[in-house]
Amino acid sequence: MSALAPAHEALTILIADDSATDLLLLSTIVRRQGHQVLTAANGREAVEVFTRARPQLVLMDALMPVMDGFEAARWIKQLSGEALVPIIFLTSLTDSADLAECLDAGGDDFLAKPYNPLLLAAKINAMDRLRRLQATVLQQRDLIAKHNDYLLHEQRVAKAVFDKVAHSGCINAAPNIRYLQSPYALFNGDLLLAAYTPSGDMHVLLGDFTGHGLPAAVGAMPLAEVFYGMTAKGYGLTQILREMNAKLKRILPVDMFCCATLLCLSTDRRVVEVWNGGMPEGYVLEVTTGKRTPLASRHLPLGVLSAELFDDRTEVWPVALGDRVFLLSDGVLETADANDRLFGVERLQQVFDANREPDRLFDDIEQALVAFRGEARDDVSMVEITLRSGLATRATGPLYADSGQSCPRDWSVNFEFRAETLKRYNPLPYLLQLLLEIHGLRAQSGALYSVMAELYSNALEHGVLGLDSLLKRDAQGFAEYYRQRNERLAQLDSGYVRVQVQVVPNGAGGTMTLRIEDSGPGFDVEKVLAQPMDIDRLSGRGLGLVRQLSRDIRWSDGGRCVCVEFSWEALA
Amino acid sequence: MSVESVVSPDGKKLTIVIKGRFDFSSHQLFRDAYERFYKAPDTYIVDLKDTTYLDSSALGMLLLLRDHAGGDESEVRVINSNSDVRKILAISNFDKLFDIN
Repeated sequence: MSALAPAHEALTILIADDSATDLLLLSTIVRRQGHQVLTAANGREAVEVFTRARPQLVLMDALMPVMDGFEAARWIKQLSGEALVPIIFLTSLTDSADLAECLDAGGDDFLAKPYNPLLLAAKINAMDRLRRLQATVLQQRDLIAKHNDYLLHEQRVAKAVFDKVAHSGCINAAPNIRYLQSPYALFNGDLLLAAYTPSGDMHVLLGDFTGHGLPAAVGAMPLAEVFYGMTAKGYGLTQILREMNAKLKRILPVDMFCCATLLCLSTDRRVVEVWNGGMPEGYVLEVTTGKRTPLASRHLPLGVLSAELFDDRTEVWPVALGDRVFLLSDGVLETADANDRLFGVERLQQVFDANREPDRLFDDIEQALVAFRGEARDDVSMVEITLRSGLATRATGPLYADSGQSCPRDWSVNFEFRAETLKRYNPLPYLLQLLLEIHGLRAQSGALYSVMAELYSNALEHGVLGLDSLLKRDAQGFAEYYRQRNERLAQLDSGYVRVQVQVVPNGAGGTMTLRIEDSGPGFDVEKVLAQPMDIDRLSGRGLGLVRQLSRDIRWSDGGRCVCVEFSWEALA
Repeated sequence: MSVESVVSPDGKKLTIVIKGRFDFSSHQLFRDAYERFYKAPDTYIVDLKDTTYLDSSALGMLLLLRDHAGGDESEVRVINSNSDVRKILAISNFDKLFDIN
């Protein structure tokens, strides 16, 4: 582009010079180049004209009466704010210090007298390019800021909706859960859910969707719905996992999935059941020995495999009061230092080893991450659940609006679940829903579910599968017990569990008798009942619990058949 | 980061070589590496010899390739992964879907 070529756009240019001759000369040159000219005879006038007419560029004599060019330049720069109004000093000064002062005062360039029209045009064009660049940068900055505000607003709304779904559980209310998660973890794809089952166990899910932002958050909603809905109805981990996997497989694109650890912690039974698909190892931390049992990823993440190929096998570990289960997201392990080295499992293990005060474990890990990286990442999620004694909180179940006037009062029903069904179907949620049709029983739904669950698993595991509960006397045998359970169940081709429910009215109240019968060899009832109910024993917990929760329990047919009764009074 | 693809002379084998970080920024390049071939090869090989890092979106891309190659019927091999990359593949249990060595 020739320097003589007219500017792209005619500019309004302010010329300030106390010499009328110079002013006239310069004005003529600049006008001839196609620009509009405003004039001022001193610095004060220049500031006044600038304030009034907002020219786009200023040619400023340095030495003028009333207010010199330096001070006028400072005023004009201040008045123009973020926009760039280039100031070219017109000067006969040649001393470096004087020229430097022109720039220090806010000048962008200078032009030596006498004026060279060619050079002047080139400088005006060059300054105009800078001015436009600055304007573009400001415009884009404002646009980005606007988009960002918009995005944050959308995220706040989405999060508020999600919190209603996600926090319908007990993550904040349960006294034995501690967690650390960025408030915007949802938009990193991290998800933490917890809820009580009807029998007072606790289900916890720590998940991590692929990707970031809204796409990662979208899948979280249906996952949370399935988790809370099915947990409250008494479904076990395997059914919940199957439903979550099928749902995600159906709704997510091929390259999106959710790494997740789902666990069920049971205070009553002193066990933790775990399924880990694609999450970093979690741990069971034994309080007495300091031993750490890793909860390793054994499966593909949720939403990858079809329902036929999905593997719902869980692992079961014994836990004692005070033991903790610790889960973390990959943000912990992938925290990187200045040299791109990852924090990694080994450093995490060192923090565990060095930890002397279990209550400070979170702080120790956070400190180690900060020391390693210098700052905390916002996609670090950790959760710790402690096994505590005390009255279990139970899922309240769905609320019923009916008055009880139409509730069934006098009926019975029989089920027989045979081998093919026992293998893959858990009838308990269905049975519970059925029994809760009885208004009077709803207040006892937790105890009812616990008793039913224990008696059913006794019938299945000790009766039909013939497993010996004495295996569970130590941690190793415990794992062996559950291994055998899975193996025998997979091979099962005969046997049954029969369930009979009998409801009879008694005045305004009534009595429900639950009878569970199995095809197993039975057991020596008197011998088993004579054993002390040792609270810390791993085996035989079920019966102790049942005897605590139900008023009346009777065995018959050599231990193959068990009966319990639940009664209720007239409703207030 | 770069993605290169080479087809064997008989057109039956497509090798995709990923250098540097394999993450979301390689998404388009990785897709182009297998989608631009008119004739579908029988075998896909993902060579991670020079891959320094792999994140969960890269795992997603591998699933896309598997889907493109025929899903459960596909033959996709992941070769030459270093120990860090292998750890990530192992945690996700991707060896159940891909032939990894």
